[in-house]
Amino acid sequence: MTTHINWFKYASPATFYPLAGRLVPWFFIAAVLFAVPGIYVGFFVAPTDFQQGEAYRIIFIHVGSAWMSMFLYVVMAFWAGIGLAFNTRLSSMMASAVAPTGALMTFIALWSGALWGKPMWGAWWVWDARLTSELILLFLYLGFMSLQAAIDDPRRADKAGAVIALVGVVNVPIIYFSVQWWNTLHQGASVSLTRSPSMAATMLVGMLLMALAVWMYSIAATLLRVRCIILERERHSEWIGQLKELKK
Amino acid sequence: MNWGSVSAFLAMGGYGGFVWGSYAVAVLCIVLEIALLTARHRRLRRSIN
Repeated sequence: MTTHINWFKYASPATFYPLAGRLVPWFFIAAVLFAVPGIYVGFFVAPTDFQQGEAYRIIFIHVGSAWMSMFLYVVMAFWAGIGLAFNTRLSSMMASAVAPTGALMTFIALWSGALWGKPMWGAWWVWDARLTSELILLFLYLGFMSLQAAIDDPRRADKAGAVIALVGVVNVPIIYFSVQWWNTLHQGASVSLTRSPSMAATMLVGMLLMALAVWMYSIAATLLRVRCIILERERHSEWIGQLKELKK
Repeated sequence: MNWGSVSAFLAMGGYGGFVWGSYAVAVLCIVLEIALLTARHRRLRRSIN
């Protein structure tokens, strides 16, 4: 028996809009279901760090948001690139929908990093490779968003944004490997694919649960935003007039 | 369990301002993002009808 799956069915805004609406609450629920045990493990199970005392508990928000800030940039560049290459309008809308949440995650990573750096290094900010490349990431997100906002024609805005998004992608491996390539105050990776994690198991569990929570939240926020963008851009098309949810 | 009392939990071994400052701003950002997005969506739905 062969079943034919139409992969392109959800590539159209008209079919994706209601699907995204159905998915949003589930991703919010998933975010809460990961965050609650994540916070519990992070604050009540994970032990005090022998070097950093309780200050290290910032890790549970810092690492998840920092990972997501890099990952979302790659996702944004991917959708922007697909939109640029194939002129598929939903792909470009996805890229625009990811950007503000990516910028938010970058800000949370920088903010929590500053509040972690002050008690541990004695400085809110240092111009070292990891911190500077993460700040450049924030500027890339903001540049993408302001460039798109400055161009009236959405199709041209998509194309211009895609160029920034694709060029800026080189910054992501620079952020990731900065702690190996340069001497930096920032500690190296605690988790890697090739060796066992250099931290207590309960700390790692808390960190991974929080990272999953941030991931689920980012998907929910992006889907919520892409629904707004679809309505804004397609408001004069026929399918919008036939939407059941707007007739209530 | 790491904490003997609520005040010990809030103090975070003297790092309370740094730890809670990180989490408070993160929660604030997330709440603000959801509020802005739902308001934007509600406004759009109303203007299209």
